[in-house]
Order: sequence, then C-alpha cells, then structure tokens
Amino acid sequence: MTGAPSKITIRGLRKSFGTKEVLRGIDLEIEKGGSLVIIGGSGTGKSVLLKCILGLVAPDDGEILIDGVNIQKISSHERMRRTREIGMLFQGSALFDSLKVWENVAFRLIYGEGRAGRTARARAIDCLAQVGLPKEVGDLAPAELSGGMQKRVALARAIAADPKVLFFDEPTAGLDPITADVINRLIIDRVKALGATAISITHDMHSAKRIADEIAMLHEGRIIWRGPASSVEASGNPYVDQFVNGRAEGPIKMSIKNR
Amino acid sequence: MNPIAAVGRIAVSLLAEIGAISIFALRGAFAWATGPFYTREFLRAAHRIGFNSLPVVGLTAIFTGAALALNIYDGSARFNAETFLPQILSVSIVRELGPGFAALMVAGRSSSGMAAELGAMRVSDQIDAMSTLAVDPFKFLISPRILATTIMLPFIVVAADLIGILGGWLVAVYALDFEGATYIRNIDQFLTNDDVISGLIKAGVFGFLISVMGCYYGYRSRGGAQGVGGATRSAVVASAVAILASNYVMTSLFVGL
Repeated sequence: MTGAPSKITIRGLRKSFGTKEVLRGIDLEIEKGGSLVIIGGSGTGKSVLLKCILGLVAPDDGEILIDGVNIQKISSHERMRRTREIGMLFQGSALFDSLKVWENVAFRLIYGEGRAGRTARARAIDCLAQVGLPKEVGDLAPAELSGGMQKRVALARAIAADPKVLFFDEPTAGLDPITADVINRLIIDRVKALGATAISITHDMHSAKRIADEIAMLHEGRIIWRGPASSVEASGNPYVDQFVNGRAEGPIKMSIKNR
Repeated sequence: MNPIAAVGRIAVSLLAEIGAISIFALRGAFAWATGPFYTREFLRAAHRIGFNSLPVVGLTAIFTGAALALNIYDGSARFNAETFLPQILSVSIVRELGPGFAALMVAGRSSSGMAAELGAMRVSDQIDAMSTLAVDPFKFLISPRILATTIMLPFIVVAADLIGILGGWLVAVYALDFEGATYIRNIDQFLTNDDVISGLIKAGVFGFLISVMGCYYGYRSRGGAQGVGGATRSAVVASAVAILASNYVMTSLFVGL
C-alpha cells in the first residue's frame, strides 16, 4: 500500500447463495486513481464482488467503505448518492434495446437527473466522440451495432456522468483481438482523463496486463495474491502461475457448477 | 420423506411466495409516489396494454356474447323464460364475463409480454445497469406498468361489455327473432349502475394482479432463455389463478352473500 488515501476498502466480505459460498472473506483496498484488475477463473465470484460494491447484491457479512464511509450503514438515499459516483461497464454491454444509442448514453442524464433532452443529447454525442464513434451512431438502435461497437457505446454510457470510480466486467470478453485492444486503449485513456479509480475483472491476461497498475487474483472466494501488474509473470504463486500461463494442470481444479 | 413435512414445506414456500409478491406489489404500486414519475413510460405501457389489446378482447367479447345468447335462450326455453334473454345476458356480461374474459385475454397477452420483456432485461443485466445509472427500476419499469394496466383495464372492459352485448344482440335479432329496439330497451330498463360498476371495479383489480404477476416473474427471472420462458409461463398461470380467485371473492362481496 502506498500513502495515497484509499478510495474503496473492503473488509471481510462474505456472500453465499444458498449453500454455495461465493465470497469467503475478501479484504481489498484500492487507492484513489489506481487501476486494479481482479483475475480469476469463471465462477469464482468476481462479478458478485463488483455487484456487492455497487449495492446490487447485499453481502452477508463484512464492510465496504467508499471514501471511508461504510455504505451499508448509511440510508439508502445516501447510498444511492454515493454509488452514483460509480460507472459500470457490463460484460454483455447491457444496453437498453428499446432506446436509441444516444438515449442509452444519456440515460442517466435524462431519467436519473431529469436533464432536458437537448443538453442530454449534446452530452451523449460528446461521450460517443470520446469513444471514437460519430454522432450518426447515436440514432441507431443498439441491436444494429456489432459487439465491439456496443461495448464502446456502453463505455460512453458509463463515463457520461463523469464517475469517480469505474468498474469493468470482462471488458474484452467475446471481442476479436484488435477490437479488444481498442477497448483496452479506450479504457486506459478514459480512466486517465477522468482521474478515476478503476476496478476491472477479467480472465483475459493480455487485457489485464495492459490496463492494470496492480493485479489481484481471486480464487475460491478469497484474494490469494496481489501485486504490481509487472510482477504477475513472476509471482512465485503456483495458482497465479497456472492462471497466467493458462495451464490445465496445477493446483486450480475446474469447478463443475457455475455460481 | 415424511409426507407431513413435505406438505408443510410446500405450504411454507407457497406462503413465502405470496409474501414476496405482496411486498413486490406494494413497492411497485407506490414507488412512483416519491418521484420522479416517468410519464412517457406510463403512456407507452397504457397504449400497449390498453389500445393494442382491443382487437383480441373485442373478438373474444363478440363470440362470447353470441354463444351466451344461444345458451341462455335454449336454457330458459325449458321454463318459458326466453323473453328474459336480454336481461340475463347483459347482467352476465357486465358483472362477470366482460371483466373475466377481458382480463384473461389481457393476462395472456400482457402479463406474458411483461414477464418476457423484463426477464430479458434481467438476464442481459439491463436492470442492474439501470440501477447503476441512478434510475430506480421500480420507478422506471414496474410502477408505470402496474399503474397503466390497473387504469386501462376498466376501459377495456367497457369496450368488452358493449361488444359482448352487441354479439348477443346480433344473435337474438338475426337468429332468434327478437325485436332489436325492444331488446335494447329491456336492457336499458333492467341494468343498474351497480351492475356495471361492480364489473369495472373487478377490472381494476384484475389489471393490478395481471401487471404485478407479469412484472414480478419477469423481474426475478434467472438463467437465460429457459429462465425467461419459465417466468412467462409462471406469470400467465399466476395471473389466471389470481383473476379467478379474486373474482370469486369480489363477487361474493358485491352480491352480499
């Protein structure tokens, strides 16, 4: 840990679904302006962790502090206000298919903050430009776009309200290597421009090494390793080694059931 | 397994489900009260549920009225009461069949539609995305649908009542040799406001139940296409059961027995 104040602190976070323990005591601290990538196999609870921080899933135990404030101990209104600082890029983009692209990008401005249509549209076009999309795209329906373009729109939507924290859930999953690199570059670029703190989850090691300052590995509901992105190849941890090098043999066994 | 324990388990899970639906219904019905109220979503839902349901409800009503006229004529002929056909037919339609059939058709159409739409939004993370964009899904998705269905269904039932009575009138006049004007005058003199209003109150309750079931099962659906399919099925079945059960309760209250 450096001396910078931590933006998000997680202590002893636990969450079970039925009898399945997904998170078994997560301790994690992310400093302001840092970019942490959490790696780990499918079904190790990476998405659940993000959803807990976003307040979409209530944890069973543990604390989540944003700017030093425990978000479970404040009113739901106050929590709503604080989680508003967080922008999230969902794995499948999660664009609203009943709305046009620009309405998706401006969704929060129009419906969350009651901004007038014209200023919201101008802001949406501005955000689309930031992710390299021309304004004509704004009038299309999300279904008319390719997966990579949808990802860009989703990124534009996530940054539209100038968030202080950005979450990326598998930002490059299902994209070709070139498009994935474009998305990686946009992520680095936008996070830097906003001065935001970023948490990404991925199992794409190439993407992880590009966008991370630090990498943490989640395995069986616990953080088993954490270190600078540059040291992930030489972690000395057999689990991390197996994952980074993508070997079928090693201490990590395939789980049969998904979360 | 112990059969008593099994029965108990089913009963407990059923009660838990009813409790969860009730909480969901209350939250959905009142979420808009603390603002904002999404007028455009409300109007869209009202148009889709109200206006777009009219053709199918109208068709159902006209055939129901026509078949009912034949049955009442044939049945009442056994004690020479055929002349009461207009009265019996109209009271059956406005109190019972208009609201009942309209609600069941709207349940098949809209409850399933809502469950499928919200279910698809749920499994593609759109509902979670909405929360992260500072918009409460209950205010944006659930409240407009519940309000729109509850308000629109009485209007649909007015149309169903009129078309059902028309169906009966056509059969009575063209197949059973009733005199058209007398037929209508008989209905006019016989039918009371309470008959019609009780049917419209039922319609409002049915609309509420249909939208709650559609939204509840869609909102909670899990696990991809199969989950959405299951949500749709559950929504239609639960709506139909809720309509028929609440219909009995309300009817017994209205007739005061």
